[in-house]
Amino acid sequence: MSRLAVPKTYKLAIGGKFPRSESGRTYEVRTADGSFLANAAKASRKDARDAVVAARAAVKGWSGATAYNRGQVLYRIAELLEGRRAQFADEIVALEGVTRAAATAQVDEAIDRWVWYAGWADKFAQVAGNANPVAGPFFNISVPEPTGVVAIIAPQDSSLVGLVSAVAPALVAGNAVVVVASEAYPLPAISLAEVLATSDVPGGVVNTLTGSPAEIAPWLASHEDVNALDLVGAGALDWVDLEIAAADTLKRVLRPEQGADAAAPSLDRITAFTETKTVWHTKSMI
Amino acid sequence: MSGSQLVHPARERAVAILGGDPDDATLRRYLHGIPGVDAVGLEQRAAGLGSRSIKTTSKQWALDKIIELIDLTTLEGADTPGKVRSLVAKALRPDPADATTPRVAAVCVYGDMVPHAVEALGAAHGDPDDGLVSVAAVATAFPSGRSSLAIKLQDTADAVAAGADEIDMVIDRGAFLAGRYGQVFDEIAQVKEACARPDGTSASLKVILETGELNTYDNVRRASWLAILAGGDFIKTSTGKVQPAATLPVTLLMLEVVRDWHRLTGQRIGVKPAGGIRSSKDAIKYLVTVAETVGEEWLQPHLFRYGASSLLNDVLMQRRKTTSGHYSGPDYLTID
Repeated sequence: MSRLAVPKTYKLAIGGKFPRSESGRTYEVRTADGSFLANAAKASRKDARDAVVAARAAVKGWSGATAYNRGQVLYRIAELLEGRRAQFADEIVALEGVTRAAATAQVDEAIDRWVWYAGWADKFAQVAGNANPVAGPFFNISVPEPTGVVAIIAPQDSSLVGLVSAVAPALVAGNAVVVVASEAYPLPAISLAEVLATSDVPGGVVNTLTGSPAEIAPWLASHEDVNALDLVGAGALDWVDLEIAAADTLKRVLRPEQGADAAAPSLDRITAFTETKTVWHTKSMI
Repeated sequence: MSGSQLVHPARERAVAILGGDPDDATLRRYLHGIPGVDAVGLEQRAAGLGSRSIKTTSKQWALDKIIELIDLTTLEGADTPGKVRSLVAKALRPDPADATTPRVAAVCVYGDMVPHAVEALGAAHGDPDDGLVSVAAVATAFPSGRSSLAIKLQDTADAVAAGADEIDMVIDRGAFLAGRYGQVFDEIAQVKEACARPDGTSASLKVILETGELNTYDNVRRASWLAILAGGDFIKTSTGKVQPAATLPVTLLMLEVVRDWHRLTGQRIGVKPAGGIRSSKDAIKYLVTVAETVGEEWLQPHLFRYGASSLLNDVLMQRRKTTSGHYSGPDYLTID
């Protein structure tokens, strides 16, 4: 007996839930050879607005967790990704038209990067922070604190590694993220959101939008409640305009990167979305 | 009952409508003679009214109208004169960055905070129709209403003497649910008497039904009739201390009673949904419901109010979005 396949509906991920686009729009995702693969939600500016509200609500809990706890939660995501390697590899093969070996290698690289960033969660403050020498009987300590809500335009030419490389470092310090996935390769982004929803990451810490970055990015860049903007995948957009819009509200901005080394793992990507807080504390109690 | 000695126009009219003195039996006969509420129909009607699309210039008008209809409220045990002063400052200038923002209708505080609100308002204290801000005080052992009548009346008189323009009283839900309608009627009528000022004018009386404790739509309809018969100027859904607070179906139901009362007597009664209205989107649904149920003439501070604290910030954010073209955030508004 033949069986009727059950195709998957790819939706957005906002605030720990998987809603359709508020606009009701979808767009066709096609395989590398041009045949129909799936319908994905085409997010509107209102979905972006809702995602920012969800992210803002999540900042307090996520940034308030201990660094050790954040590291554990992030590492657990890598564990879950490991169990879903075949699913991600299938999606990458279909979308990017690469060999299964190349797709599996991309999944492995993504998981390895996630683990690498998870390890930094309770270590980067030791490297980025400092006990400053001062001419008085005080401790003077600088510590990195999360910037808040980070909007990310994910790399457009890489489905999973690009996304992970942009999202993971922002999470390490305790930021909440609104990420616009690759327009052509959105499926692994939604599958990653499903992994996050079944992990211990609080709802709203990572909000995934699929659709047109050209349409959504200007709204995120000018949004007064977004604190930072990662334009790593915005090379094909009018990213200078986005940077100008972001300047109106004094956002931190990372500029686009191209090529295979885009968003390569680095401590800089973590500290880019932190603010240095310096406190003075008397030594008189000693 | 001392209520029977009072001769008040509202009471005379109630006697005429009820066909007898407002005692338990007469009120019971009248209130239970009112047709029951079609709950499914009511909720569908409310849902239908809530699905209207209000955009661009209509939305701008609606946002300004909502601000003009807000009773900006702080009803916390931790309230201080300083908190009331900052509330008043916000009422007078909701958005300091935009001078075209209208003022809210009133500030709503506990009775003992009325002098501080009056002092902080200064020359801006007055009728919202004149662009000024009123002071509303909750009274009668708000929010539970569990105290003796003497204390409730004193509570009311104190607030009026201190300068309150509006009194938000709670009904005795226990007495209402037990069927002691005459007691509820007398309490409302006597609190209304206590709202009188020496110069012959009277503070406006809002009667809080606390619909979340009345359990059924039929009870809400009966309580609305009872409150209006007894002389309330406004009927208000909730204290905001009980869940569920204001809902759209309950407000629609109360508006229908107000509409029927207007047809019966020609008198216009106000409605105030309070508690749980936090977003502009929700508030706009209420505007639509008012306009479609009793008419646009009700969209003025003497006939419709929102009891809200966090709603104002959301409206201001939406307002900024319509003027600036990009989304605003809570960092750019006061924390209250």
